[in-house]
Amino acid sequence: MKITEQEVRYVAALANLSLSDDEVRKLAKDLDEILTHVDKLNELDTSGVEPMAQVLYDAEETATLREDVEQPTISNAEAMANAPLASAGYFKVPKVIER
Amino acid sequence: MNWVELSIDQVRAGLAAGEFSAVELAEQALRFAEAENPKTNAYLHFCPERALASARRVDEKLARGEDPGPLAGVPVAVKDVILTRGVRTTCASRLLEHYIPPYDATAVVRLEQAGGVIIGKTNCDEFAMGSSNENSAFGPVRNPVDLERVPGGSSGGSAAAVAQGTAVVALGSDTGGSIRQPASFCGVVGVTPTYGRVSRYGLTAFASSLDHIGPFARNVKDAATLLEVIAGRDEKDATSAFAPVPRYTEQLDGSVKGMRVGLPKEYFAGLSNETGELLWKAAGVLKELGCEVFEISLPHTEYAIACYYIICTAEASSNLARYDGVRYTTRSAEGGTLTEMYRKTRGEGFGAECKRRIMLGTYVLSAGYYDAYYLKAQRVRTLIYQDFLRAFEQVDAVVAPVSPFPAFKLGEKMDDPLEMYLSDIYTITGSLAGIPCMSVPCGKTTGGLPVGMQILARHFAEADMLRLGAAYERAAGAGA
Repeated sequence: MKITEQEVRYVAALANLSLSDDEVRKLAKDLDEILTHVDKLNELDTSGVEPMAQVLYDAEETATLREDVEQPTISNAEAMANAPLASAGYFKVPKVIER
Repeated sequence: MNWVELSIDQVRAGLAAGEFSAVELAEQALRFAEAENPKTNAYLHFCPERALASARRVDEKLARGEDPGPLAGVPVAVKDVILTRGVRTTCASRLLEHYIPPYDATAVVRLEQAGGVIIGKTNCDEFAMGSSNENSAFGPVRNPVDLERVPGGSSGGSAAAVAQGTAVVALGSDTGGSIRQPASFCGVVGVTPTYGRVSRYGLTAFASSLDHIGPFARNVKDAATLLEVIAGRDEKDATSAFAPVPRYTEQLDGSVKGMRVGLPKEYFAGLSNETGELLWKAAGVLKELGCEVFEISLPHTEYAIACYYIICTAEASSNLARYDGVRYTTRSAEGGTLTEMYRKTRGEGFGAECKRRIMLGTYVLSAGYYDAYYLKAQRVRTLIYQDFLRAFEQVDAVVAPVSPFPAFKLGEKMDDPLEMYLSDIYTITGSLAGIPCMSVPCGKTTGGLPVGMQILARHFAEADMLRLGAAYERAAGAGA
């Protein structure tokens, strides 16, 4: 076993994901299979190999600094238009500070 | 109107000859697409107002004698992970069912400036995660070639719309094969450009180091035309490339004589079915065209799936963290604390595949596992990338299968996520290396299912790749 149901619940909490007991059981099985396959990477000696976070290719100057000029941006009203709950130009969330 | 054969050239000729106005064409295209859509569920929604406004602009330009642009009047479908201002963009997720973007993706802006007429938004796997389009919250797409079969994924709706004739061209997105695999399953052309060639601004992020926007079309020339329009540096995407965009369409008729084409032995070993036979036949056509075709090796191919599913899920788990019930339309109706609200919103909103990937990605990034999984995968990615750099010292293009098998039946592979992941083997390597890749139809199985040939080229060598694709298409016949 690469991963237990208890670990699945721990990772779900890290990911802020509520899961049903059925989902926990199914995910433990699925993740176990996938992690077992992924172990294949350990066959490779990668000492001295640089990690690749982005595609790097030979290109000319790629520094992306531009002139710092003021530009119109999305208005507050537009940004709030999709909020599930908003008021006075702010996103509303359940109370986080108790008196 | 012969919708399933209509090309960009025919639209241009029809407008020029006064056979139809852009508005008339848009109205007819919308009527046809809306009538046909129940068969495949390729579109999630249509945007007639926007389409007619775009078409009117084209007609006005024509009336003033101005150039209406290379896509003038062309009906276009756009995958519903690409933002359209004022037009609902759901990512095929319950979480974004009511989301109306406040801005347009750069690719959308450019294609409309070129005269393109967006008629609707296409179905896909939820947040572009899947290989069959069965992970859409709004029902699967059916393959127009065989309605019992999947169109491939994740851009299944865009591929199906082009195959069905309800759009002339379409935009899709590709992270590990999501353009090429559905193109091959539906018998159309699909292009994944070099990473950074097309701006990702306004593409809903799945795995940012792997995400691409690219075109679907019924022939290579139309795909090249759309790519030419959407490609190029965009200030709003820091990873978009500065390299100038060549006129791909002007190079399509060139000879491919003497072009060196490599067939990676790792891809062809074990490919003994009809897909393999069709690929060998296509390689024979390339030889007849004067290409030097020979075997090459990409030795780290077998590690690609493991590498990809660590990197893409890690990036996805970060990118999908934003859907927490605060900013994006949907919040769980159940009360509770802030944390409970986050968890319930996400638990109720995400489908099974998104949850699986969020979980895997969170796991491989979590304390104690980061080095063993995520960093290890990034190092293996370098090895896969170097395989290609070495191969391109010997060859100008690599030819490979797109998928180990043609379109499968709905429901056939849904119970085994690992098996579904393993079927992405031939498309994932090119994605990890960030090189341009495309799928061109190369015939049908005896059961009538389309098979695609994949062409891969050097970074920014789309012109070579498209020229080879066009030469093959001419020799074999469009839609072969």
